Amino acid sequence: MKAFDYSRAEATADAVGQSARLIAGGTNLLDLMKLEVETPEALLDITRIGLNAIDAEGEGLRIGALVSNSDAAADPRIRRDWPLLSRAILAGASPQLRNKATMGGNLCQRTRCGYFMDNRSACNKREPGSGCAAIGGVNRNHAILGASSDCIATYPGDMAVALSALQAVVHTERPEGAREIPMRHFHRLPGDTPQQDNHLESGEVITAISLPAPLGGRQIYRKVRDRASYAFALVSVAAALRMEEGRIASVHLAFGGVAHTPWTNDHVDELLTGERPSPALFDKAADLLLEDAQGQGHNDFKIPLLRRALAAVLAEATGE
Amino acid sequence: MAHRPAARLTINGQSQDFQGDPRRTLLDFLRLDLGLTGTKKGCDHGQCGACTVIVNGRRINSCLSLAAMHDGDEITTIEGLGTPEALSTLQKAFVAHDGFQCGYCTPGQICSAAAMIDEIRAGWPSAVGDDPTEMPTTVTDDEIRERMSGNLCRCGAYDNIVSAIREAMAAEEEVAQ
Repeated sequence: MKAFDYSRAEATADAVGQSARLIAGGTNLLDLMKLEVETPEALLDITRIGLNAIDAEGEGLRIGALVSNSDAAADPRIRRDWPLLSRAILAGASPQLRNKATMGGNLCQRTRCGYFMDNRSACNKREPGSGCAAIGGVNRNHAILGASSDCIATYPGDMAVALSALQAVVHTERPEGAREIPMRHFHRLPGDTPQQDNHLESGEVITAISLPAPLGGRQIYRKVRDRASYAFALVSVAAALRMEEGRIASVHLAFGGVAHTPWTNDHVDELLTGERPSPALFDKAADLLLEDAQGQGHNDFKIPLLRRALAAVLAEATGE
Repeated sequence: MAHRPAARLTINGQSQDFQGDPRRTLLDFLRLDLGLTGTKKGCDHGQCGACTVIVNGRRINSCLSLAAMHDGDEITTIEGLGTPEALSTLQKAFVAHDGFQCGYCTPGQICSAAAMIDEIRAGWPSAVGDDPTEMPTTVTDDEIRERMSGNLCRCGAYDNIVSAIREAMAAEEEVAQ
């Protein structure tokens, strides 16, 4: 690990506009610092600035950025009204990591692309302009949607996929004031600047994640992975779906393991809304979702896998 | 480094001061500075669970945590759970069920299991109980396996580890009644 300066923030204001890297749970950052993939000159410890409460906000909920993943997953309100969030959190990592990982930090976790995590490999995300060893390399875990010729990495998390389906909003503080970023627009596609995972600016601090009023209906998080526990998703499907009189009254879908962002497609949600569920309808939805999907060789299997995972989730959610 | 951050930790009930290179992980502080070598370094990347300790009642990977960040925290390691003369219920159960082969993962397994039992008592859900709104009425072996998934055993003593944990939970229930 490269040497760094360490200091502690007392309040959110101490952290806003700072050039130091913020550290809270540290489960991803310290791992990458040991690999010298991350080499911050200074760390600012924000674990003692508060932001660790879950409060009712209208019919919704405001979850502080420093609430641990474990506390969020166990919260009785979240379990009752936004069970998709509990399910997605519990599908990820291990209990030890969830105890340490925070809500805000989890959103900022970096890709698990093996070339990104290996300093000897070409990686435009780690070292812009160095190339992408994953293209034409071992790319079984890589993106099938929204990739670029510079980067085919995936966003690895589960929680943000559920938050995207649940229409959550990320709250931040910048030197010029607070702002809100819809979860669906928090992460960004790689384009020709894959070094930037999301739309946070330098010195911007995540303060909370808010959930709107409960969506109701069935909420399913289906994660397909190489082993039953403690593995990243090959593909995952988050669904919040409500039926009325035999038709899909509302549906919000998000997909993990397939892109540089939790993947959402409003057209797919719209195609399903108002329709009677059937295998043919689910197939049409998958056609639209996968219209521009492109495999990289080793990950070609993700295209049919996502199609089947979506059909299985829609069948379960609609009772079809 | 010009700056050597300080922290005062309580480890197994004793006050301990850290001051030094901020790169020092909690794991290295325990093992190298305090000589508490019960906590093991396996992967050093938060994947194997051998370094599991309990901080303020919660299990974490001590390899992925900086000592400087634990000012004011209460830490329990395997040395704080039991002694050779007075084994904890879990330690006795691991011996009785042969819940190990080489033993390297065992301190982490036992610290993890101790905190896991508290999590179950607190009603925390898991991915196995498919409905997070409800807690399972009985803790199945699948439930224990899922909740212990952060602790790997390279020797593959998993069946015996599950048996030991199941017995320790039953023994503690009996005492509670």
